[in-house]
Parts: sequence; structure tokens; C-alpha cells
Amino acid sequence: MASALAFVAALALACMPAVVSGAWEVNLDPGVTEISRAIFDLHMTIFWICVAIACLVFGVMLWAAYFHRKSRGAVAKHFHENTFLEILWTLIPIGILVLMAVPATATLIKIYDPRDAELDVLVTGYQWRWRYQYLDQELDYFSNMSTPMEQVTNQAAKGENYLLEVDRPLVLPVGKKIRFLLTSNDVIHSWWVPAIAVKQDAIPGFVNEAWTVIDKPGIYRGQCAELCGQNHAFMPIVLDVREEEEFAAWLSEAQAEAAAAGQESTREWTMDELMARGEEVYNTNCAACHQVTGAGVPPVFPALVGSPVVTGDIAAHEAIVLQGKAGTAMQSFASQLSAADLAAVITYERNAWGNNTGDLIQPSAIAEKLSNATGGE
Amino acid sequence: MSESHSAYYVPAQSRWPIFASVALAFLGYGAATFINSLSGDTPASYGVFLLIAGMTLLTLILFGWFGNVITESRAGLYSGQLDRSFRIGMVWFIFSEVMFFAAFFGTLFYVRTLAVPWLGGEGDKGVSQMLWPQFTAAWPLMETPDNTLFPGPKATVSPWHIPLFNTMLLVSSSVTVTLAHHALLRNDRKRLKQWLAATIALGIIFIGFQAYEYAEAYHELGLTLNAGIYGATFFILTGFHGLHVTLGTLILFIILMRVMRGHFDPQKHFAFEAASWYWHFVDVVWVGLFLFVYVL
Amino acid sequence: MSAVGTEVDTHDDHHHGPARGIGRWLFTTNHKDIGTLYLFFSLIMFLIGGSMALLIRAELFQPGLQLIEPGFFNQMTTLHGLIMVFGAVMPAFVGLANWMIPIMIGAPDMALPRMNNWSFWILPFAFAMLLSSLFMEGGAPNFGWTFYAPLSTTYAPPSVTYFVFGVHMMGISSIMGAINIIATITNMRAPGMTWMKLPLFVWTWLITAFLLLAVMPVLAGVVTMVLTDVHFGTSFFNAAGGGDPVLFQHVFWFFGHPEVYIMILPAFGIVSHIIPTFARKPLFGYASMVYATASIAVLSFTVWAHHMFTVGIPLAGELFFMYATMAIAVPTGVKVFNWMATMWRGSITFETPMLFALAFVVLFTIGGLSGLMLAIAPSDFQYHDTYFVVAHFHYVLVPGAVFGIMAGVYFWLPKWTGHVLDERAGRRHFWLSFIGVNLTFFPMHFIGLAGMPRRIPDYALQFADFNMVASIGAFLFGFSQLLFVWNVISNIRKGRQATDQVWEGAQGLEWELSSPPPYHSFSEPPKVN
Ligand code: HEA
Ligand code: HEA
Ligand code: HEC
Ligand code: CUA
Ligand SMILES: [Cu+2]
Repeated sequence: MASALAFVAALALACMPAVVSGAWEVNLDPGVTEISRAIFDLHMTIFWICVAIACLVFGVMLWAAYFHRKSRGAVAKHFHENTFLEILWTLIPIGILVLMAVPATATLIKIYDPRDAELDVLVTGYQWRWRYQYLDQELDYFSNMSTPMEQVTNQAAKGENYLLEVDRPLVLPVGKKIRFLLTSNDVIHSWWVPAIAVKQDAIPGFVNEAWTVIDKPGIYRGQCAELCGQNHAFMPIVLDVREEEEFAAWLSEAQAEAAAAGQESTREWTMDELMARGEEVYNTNCAACHQVTGAGVPPVFPALVGSPVVTGDIAAHEAIVLQGKAGTAMQSFASQLSAADLAAVITYERNAWGNNTGDLIQPSAIAEKLSNATGGE
Repeated sequence: MSESHSAYYVPAQSRWPIFASVALAFLGYGAATFINSLSGDTPASYGVFLLIAGMTLLTLILFGWFGNVITESRAGLYSGQLDRSFRIGMVWFIFSEVMFFAAFFGTLFYVRTLAVPWLGGEGDKGVSQMLWPQFTAAWPLMETPDNTLFPGPKATVSPWHIPLFNTMLLVSSSVTVTLAHHALLRNDRKRLKQWLAATIALGIIFIGFQAYEYAEAYHELGLTLNAGIYGATFFILTGFHGLHVTLGTLILFIILMRVMRGHFDPQKHFAFEAASWYWHFVDVVWVGLFLFVYVL
Repeated sequence: MSAVGTEVDTHDDHHHGPARGIGRWLFTTNHKDIGTLYLFFSLIMFLIGGSMALLIRAELFQPGLQLIEPGFFNQMTTLHGLIMVFGAVMPAFVGLANWMIPIMIGAPDMALPRMNNWSFWILPFAFAMLLSSLFMEGGAPNFGWTFYAPLSTTYAPPSVTYFVFGVHMMGISSIMGAINIIATITNMRAPGMTWMKLPLFVWTWLITAFLLLAVMPVLAGVVTMVLTDVHFGTSFFNAAGGGDPVLFQHVFWFFGHPEVYIMILPAFGIVSHIIPTFARKPLFGYASMVYATASIAVLSFTVWAHHMFTVGIPLAGELFFMYATMAIAVPTGVKVFNWMATMWRGSITFETPMLFALAFVVLFTIGGLSGLMLAIAPSDFQYHDTYFVVAHFHYVLVPGAVFGIMAGVYFWLPKWTGHVLDERAGRRHFWLSFIGVNLTFFPMHFIGLAGMPRRIPDYALQFADFNMVASIGAFLFGFSQLLFVWNVISNIRKGRQATDQVWEGAQGLEWELSSPPPYHSFSEPPKVN
């Protein structure tokens, strides 16, 4: 027995130096909002009550186990009932629970109040990235994990924010009441940022509400918290919280950039430009399913290499990328990517990995298709 | 409670259960393979054969198994205690069936009182309407949130024609089966046969009408499994009920065959009673269906 | 099948022993044989499910993807959960029920012996089918044991169809098993065995059987809706047709929460036999134990949405489910306090079953208290779907349900085999398990609070240290279970002859029969006084 213990301890110790980056975090993050601190306090209160109960119960058991041992000559008594005691240990826990319920109820009521928000952000989960739409600001973009796959597959050293970094964070102002509207495009995701204590499921076809007022500028990281398929581990959330003026400046800059990007589709693109852009778009948006090599994961995610759709009729290829295929994971990308990106990715797919069709699709052609299609939207 | 203990009956080894397990495995594996081949997920075509083999085997085995039980019972091997075990078993089996239907009724109530109104902009999660701006909540749900994926029904089944008639059929069949029971208790074999046959006939007519209603729903009303949540709840509830009526009718038919062969007497007729309990249960479920699926 | 005609006449005379060869096991109607089958089946499933857990822990040993693809990781998580719950824990309890209930109530066998055999033999086929999906195109189910729609409908691999039929088969098996237990307990008790004299294991199983009957059909209903959504165009869980993905969760958890008590109540029963035996003192508060068990069962139908605090339930619902969940702590507390009081002023010894039972009480209480923390809705916004939840449910399931089962096996094994337990071997298994289980699951509280989501094959660097500890613990715990296998097998094969009473303080009908008991336990009903 003792040798087994020693073995475990030695093994555990031997492994420690191997890990240098860990911080041995053991508790919740108190966070940077009134609510997150309220939850933290509630958590600690309940925790200490539980510890006290545990100490009591285990204490009595230990006492009995030590002093009422047969080997110490204890002789068993024969009582097996005591109505008073039994009533007592029904009533006292009820009392404790009521005491716990009071702060819990108060906190919950505070959480359930999304009224009077100053900024509305629509958060949409996609397999496997987030989309942020600033509802009254005409700003709309996707946020993808930016940790390179080489780090995940251990071919490169892992960065400090391994798995918790994105290409475009959600930028928010400090001190304002922000309402999040959450939904999903495919399966259920859950949008969670521990520092603001918001965890709310994003459910396809329905909209959930949550809100926050953040006290302190900074970068806050979170992750998708609902199993959403194979890359569930790889859809982090990053908040970039800024002072109000900085936020305003960022907002107008971002809006201007978005407008400029809209112009891209009017000019002629060369094959090289399209292939370069296409590869980038493909790797961030499509590779999760169809894989970087285009080999897919049949039968769930079809291979694009040599696929009849990709090497055949251009219109069919455009159709599936623009409209997706209902009832499958292949979503509609018409509203997710710009015309230039769409043209680039389609061109890329038709010419990469040995799909040498030589076809070149101009952004302007896609833009036209999009404007015809969105007549109704 | 346990006075008749001296005659414990412990059956000898039996081959039926293990065969029944094999048959059930065929059935399950076959059904899954077959259903997958329908949507082209797996090309395997042996599924349907496995399924049919499983069903046939299971039916044969159950016949053999129950045949065994019947012979033993008629040979007088069973005590009053075993009879009580059978009764207890049947009652709680019916309870489990009630819970099976409860899941579907719960589904119906949930979508009617919560999900559909939320999608239409009412209630606590009414913001969801922003995803379906042109959708309005209504029940029966004729226009689904996405009418291209789930084209809503053109019309729904009127409760006051076939369903009302079917209600009357089933309610009277509950009466006829009770009359048959009374006849059995009086040892009036002739009436017993007549009332039992009448019950079966009512059951068959019910099934016939139900099939007719389905055909009409599919071909004329556009009311299909694919017609959004109204069609889905409609068919799952009426469909599983219909399956139970079919099964119940079959059981009653077998009971009738046994009556013809002279089985049962006023004292011992557990199988008859079990069948009639089942039939009453199917009946009560129908009344619930009639109210909540058709009328309200 | 020509045996049909002749079987009637072969009405067992009560005294001959088991048949010979494989036929004994395939065709048996004997409660002890069937109990043994269930127990061995459950042990095999435990090893398979445990091996999957070890694969999960190996992948999580370090950050980065080392061993398995994310898609396969999800299949492992799903199958691990399903196999442990439906293949290991539930059948183990049914096996113990088969062995002990007839003996404890003074009956010759179960009420419906042939159906009993059928209930068992469905299971190997159901699990073979589930496991065969690993080799199918698209892989095994990968949507978690909770199979939330639409991940399990629109986005599911083709094997979901096999999963659905597999669950149906398990459901049929469980329902028949439950009916059998109810019929046995209500109808087969020996004269004088009144309700309030029933041994607690029998009581807890009776209540568990009612839970099974009430919720397995609901599970069948929800998988049926999954099936029709996948293959027949319905839209139960699809807003586009007016359905709701959250509806799935309501129906699933209406089954799922009572299910977790199905996995613990029989263990409560077992512990309520072991502690009095080794404290040499009658169980404290028998009547309140019975009422507490019943209250837990009733309450368990009103708390399901505590698994769904973050799906966007309206405030009133959230409060209701929070209060109802907290209320379960009261009857559970009564049980814990009763065990505590049973020990008090006893004359305690620490044989292997007692060690497992005491570890059960302590570690289950830890799991229960973390459950209570989860029940606090606002805090659950931070805990939900993190490793804190994983820590909670492994504390109630592994040192809870599984230790309960092991305690029961060690307790009754000498009775079953007639061989005295090898205490040294038993204690060695206990201590390694005890250390292993805590080393595995205690750190999960920390990584959960620090923010690690569950069901991920790879994690951020700040979670690395504790994950490594947990993985080491898991291997220690896992391999210690080989000792358990060894102990059981060597006890079956050899050992000193055990007395009828086996343990000094043991009370009850089962200890009046010889060790091992006759093939048909009581051919004449015993008198209970
Ligand atoms: C055997 C199985 C088992 C048992 C017994 C329990 C028991 C309890 N569980 Fe657990 N639970 C699971 C198995 C189990 N659970 C599983 C498998 C999941 C995850 C499912 C999944 O998502 O995959 C889960 C998840 C789960 C959640 C959801 C978490 C989340 O996903 O966010 C919650 C939330 O309320 C919860 C609560 C509870 C509570 C309050 C109890 C109570 O019954 C505990 C009561 C016991 C005590 C409280 C200790 C003893 C009492 C005293 C000493 C008295 C004094 C105490 C007080 C007055 C406080 N459980
Ligand atoms: C009763 C149920 C039960 C039991 C006993 C266990 C036992 C264990 N569980 Fe389990 N677990 C669940 C029920 C259970 N679990 C459930 C319901 C989930 C949720 C699933 C989901 O998210 O959908 C889960 C999820 C889960 C996770 C989270 C996965 C994730 O979120 O991605 C982890 C991670 O560490 C884990 C670990 C373990 C470990 C290490 C054990 C150990 O106790 C296992 C011990 C190991 C053995 C017993 C192996 C022994 C075998 C050998 C030594 C090899 C010999 C082999 C042969 C002879 C064939 N479990
Ligand atoms: C979440 C998973 C996912 C993502 C991301 C994804 N796809 Fe797909 N894709 C699918 C699935 C699933 C199918 C198969 C649909 C079917 O059943 O026909 C598919 C099919 C296709 C096809 C047709 C292939 C064939 O042979 O049938 C093309 C072309 C395609 N996708 C292109 C893309 C492009 C371009 C992107 C990115 C801009 C992309 N996909 C992103 C899942 C995805
Ligand atoms: Cu998105 Cu998990
Ligand atoms: Cu629960």
C-alpha cells in the first residue's frame, strides 16, 4: 500500500517539471462585471457552506471510525431511532437551503434583465466560428480561431494564448450596457466568456438574450461551451474591451474598411490574386470540414479533390457554395463571405490539389448573382 | 397476502428467450440498415431481408413462447400467485406505454404553448421572431417558419367527420369488450364470441378509416410528416396510436381463436383480461388524441 | 424448436442443480445464473468503457493533438458515457437485484423467470450493435451521450440509426427487467415479510424499478423523434418547421435526471446493508430511509431543467428548477446522516466491503455537494459544460455508483461462491482505487472552475498541469481494476469455505441460507419474524 502511494507521488512529481506554462489555477475568475463578481461571491458562499457541512459529516464519521472501532474494544449499542434527531436533520438542511436560495434568487433576477441596452450585438454560431453583427452599426464580421494547425499537431511550439486567439475579436466599449442576441446557423453552440460571466446557448432558429456592462478595458477570452461537432474545441471567443472613444474610433474605421471591401468586386482580378486570396479563405472557412488537402472526411464531409461538382459545371459549384445544401452541414456562404472571397474560393477549389480545370471566376460575376438572389432579403 | 406459496412454479430452462433476443437483434439491425438505405446513406440492401426475417422470427417465437405458457397454464401448473405476477406485469407494462405516449403528448403541448408562440414573437423568447419576420404563430400551424423546407398543410383534418366517427367506434368497442368479459364470467360462450368478434370488427373498421384519413391527408390536404410541426405531431401521435390499435386487434383476434378452441373459463382467463385492459388503454389514449390533436 | 411440446413436462423439480455446458447460460431461467450473467456482462462493459476513458485521458495528458482525431475523440466520449451508464452501471445493479432480491424476500426465484432471461440476452446484442457502429462509414455516434439535436439529427453520422435502435433494445430490456422486479417484490415475499420489514436493498430497487418504468419509455419516445427527424422529414427539433431543438433537451432530461437516481438508489440500498453489518448495530432510521428514497424518486421528476440553465429558460422556470433541485439535498442528507448515526457507537471493523461503503459515503457526499453548487442557477452559468460538471458526476458515479457495486460484490461474493474473501487482496484493490479515483477526478474541479470546457480533445495551456495529474490518476485507477477482476475470479475458483453468516454482524434472510445458497433459493417459503 505505502509503496503504491510512493509510486504515485513520485510519478506525479516527475511530471511536474515537464510542464512549465501551467498556472495551477484552481478557482473561478471573479471577472470584470458586477454580475460576474456577484456570481463569484455566491459561488464562494455556497462553497464554504458545503465545506462546513462536509467537515461536520466527515468529522463525525471519522470520530466514530476511530473511537467506536471494535479493535479499541467498542461494544455496539442498539439504538436505531431518534425522532427528535431525525426531525432536526431534516429541518436544519431546509434552513440552510433557504439561506442559500436567497442570494441565488437575487442574483438570478439581476441577470435576467436585458432592458435598456445601449448596444446590440447579434452573435451567431457557425461550425466552427462566430459571427458578430453590430445591429445598428452596419458592421458584420466573422471571428475565426487563429492558432495555426501546426501548433495543434505539435509541429510548432504552442503560443501563449494557444487555442484562445482569433483573427478578429469582438470589440466592445467599457461601461455601456451591451445586449447580446444569440443564435446559431447550424447546431447548438454556447457563447461563454468567464470574465463577464455570460454563458448562453446559441440555438438554431431561436434567439437568446444576455447582457453585460464591463468595468475594465482589456482582452478577455472564452470558448464555445456546447458540443458542436468535431472542431468544438477550436472556436474560441475573444473580447477586446476598449475605452469609449477608442471604441468609437475603431467602429468608424471598421465601417470604412467594410465599405471598401465591398468595392473589391468591381475590378478585374488575376488568377494569381484569386488563388492567393482563395487559399486564405478556404483555409479559414472550408478546411474545417473539407480539410486543407481537399480530401474531406467522407462520407460526412465529401472530398473536393476530383469531386464532380468541383470539376464539372461551374453554375452547380457556385450554387452549392452560395446556397449550401439544406439539411446538411454545408451551409450557405452567400451572406458569410464577400463576392470577392466567394469568387476566390471557388476559383481556388477548381484549381488546387490537382483540380486543374483552369476556370477563373470573377468577383463581379458573383456579385451579380448575389444581388439577383438577395432581391428578397 | 401469500398463502398459496406451497405451489411455487419455477419453469425449466427455456429456449424461447435467447431466440427472441436473436430475432430482436435481426429486427433492430435490419431496420436500421434498411432505413439508412432509404436515404442513401448506406447502399446495403440486405437490411430489408434482415428486418423481415427478424419480424417473422419474433412473431413465430412469441407464438411458440405463449403457446408454451398456455399449455402449462391449462395443464394446471400455475398457482394463483403466478397469475398475480402476470397481472402485475401487465399493469405495469401498460403504465410504461402510457409514459411512451406521454412523451409525445408533452411534445405537442410544448410546441403549442411555447415553441410556436416564441417563433411568432410572443412570450419570453419572442425576440426569436427576428429570424422569421414573416411568420405568425397559429395552431394548427398552416404556414411554417420556413415554408420551402417544410411546406405547411393546405388544410387539416376536420374532427367532426372521420375522427368523431372513429371515437364512437373505439368507445363502443370498449363497451363490447366489456360485454364479452361479462359473457365469459357467465360462461355464455356464444355471446362471448359474438361480442369479441364485434370488438375486433370495430377495431378493423377503425384502422380502415384511419388509413383512409392518412391517404386523404397525404394526397389532398398536403398534411404529411414533412408539413412542419403540425404534421409531425399529428402523425407521431396518431401513428403510434394506430400501431397500438393494430396490435390490440391482433391480440383480440388471437384471444378469439383461443375462445373458439374452448380456452378460458369464468375463473381463469388472464389472457383475456390482459387483452381487454390493453384495449381500454388504447381507447383512453384515443380520447386524449381526439381532444388534443383534433378538436382543440 | 421442436422442444416446445416437451418443455411442459420438464417442470423443474426444485432440487436438481444447474444444467451443464453453455446451455445453462443461454437457456437459463434461474435468477442466480441470470444475475451472474448480468454481472459479468457489466464487468466487460466496464472494462471496454473504461478503456475508452483511458484513451480520452491519454489524449488529454498534454495539450495538442497526439493520439486521436477530434472526430474520433467525440466518438470515444459518447460511447464511454453510453457504455458506462447503460452497459456497466445499470446491468450491474440488475445483476445484484437478480441475485439478492429473491433471496432477501424469501422467494424461490424471480416472478417471471423466462422474461428475466430475455431481458438479459437482449443486452449483448444491443451493445454489439452500438459498438459495431465504430466500424461504419462516418464512424460511431459522436454527439455525446446526451445526443442533443440537431447535432444528432441533421448533422449526425449515418450510424445514428443504429444508435436509435440500440437504445430501443436497451429500453425494452430495462422495462422488462423493471416489471419483473416489481412483480417479484410485490408478489413473491415470504409470509411475514411485510413492507416495513423489506430489506433496504429491496426497497431501493423497488423504487428504482418504478423510475425505470416511468422514464425508459420517454427515452424511447425521444430517440424515435430523432429517428423521424433524421429519416422521415419531421421537424420536432427544427425551428424551420415550428419545432425546437430545446424541446429535445426537455424530453431527454425528463428521462435523464431520474436516470441518474436509477444509478444511485440501489447503491444506497447496498450501503445500508453493509454499514450496519460492520458497525454491528442495526441501521439507524429504517423508516426514514424508505421515505427519503421515495422522496428522492418523486422529486427527481421535477428537476430536469437544471441541466438546461443556460438554454434560455424564462426566469420563473429557472427559479422553479433551482429550488426543486436544491430540495433533493434534504432527503439525501437524511440518508447520509442515518449512515453516520449507524456508525455512531457501533463496534466497527474495516473489511473490504466496509471500506468501499465508507468511501462511498464520503465521496458521494462530495459529489452531492458539488451537485448542490451546480443547482445554484446563477453559478451554473459559470460551471455548466465545464470539467466542474465532469468532476461532479464522476464523484457520484465512480466512487458513488461503481464503489457501491463493488462494495456489494465484495459483501455478497462469499455468499455466492461459498469462499471466504481474501481480505489482503481486497484492501489492496480498495486503496489503489481510492487514491486513483481522487487523483483522477478531484483536479477536474479545479480545471473546471478555471474554465476548461468539457468534450474537447485539446485545451489551452493553463489547464495542462491538472490534466496531467488526472490522466495519471485515471491510469492508476483503471489498472487497479484488473485487481478487482483477479480478486473475483480467484474467489470463484478457490478459498476457504465461508460460514452461512459470512460476516460477524450480518443480519437477514440471505445469511441464513448456506454459502453458496441452493440453486433454487427457497423451495419452501421461510418464516419471517
Ligand atoms: C448517480 C448520479 C448522480 C447523482 C446522484 C446526482 C446528484 C445530484 N446532481 Fe448531478 N449529474 C449527474 C449524475 C448525478 N447527479 C450527471 C451524470 C450529470 C451530467 C450529465 C451530462 O451533462 O452529461 C449531472 C449534472 C448535474 C447538474 C447539471 C450541471 C450542468 O450541466 O450545468 C446539476 C445541476 O443542478 C446537478 C445537480 C445534482 C444535485 C443537486 C444532486 C443531488 O442529488 C445531490 C444531493 C446530495 C447532497 C447534497 C450531499 C449529501 C447531503 C447532505 C450531507 C445534507 C446536507 C446538505 C445540505 C443542506 C446542502 N447534477
Ligand atoms: C457510470 C458511469 C461512468 C464511469 C464509471 C466513468 C468512468 C471514468 N470516466 Fe467517465 N463519463 C461518464 C460516465 C462514467 N465515467 C459520462 C456519462 C460522461 C459524459 C459523456 C459525454 O460527455 O457525453 C463521461 C465523460 C468522461 C470524461 C469527459 C470527456 C469529455 O468531456 O470529453 C472523462 C475525461 O476524463 C472521463 C473519464 C473517466 C475515467 C478516467 C473513468 C474511470 O473510472 C475509468 C476506469 C478505467 C477502467 C475501468 C479501465 C480498465 C481497463 C483496463 C485496465 C484495460 C483492460 C482492458 C480489457 C481487459 C478489455 N469520463
Ligand atoms: C461545417 C462543415 C462545412 C464547411 C465549413 C464547408 N462545407 Fe462544403 N460541404 C459540407 C458538406 C456536409 C457537404 C456535403 C453536402 C451534401 O450532402 O451534398 C459539402 C459539400 C460541398 C461541395 C460539393 C461537393 C460534392 O462533391 O458534392 C462543395 C463544392 C463545397 N462543399 C464547398 C465548400 C466551400 C467552398 C466551403 C467554404 C467556403 C465549404 N464547402 C465549407 C460541409 C461543409
Ligand atoms: Cu461551437 Cu462548440
Ligand atoms: Cu440532473
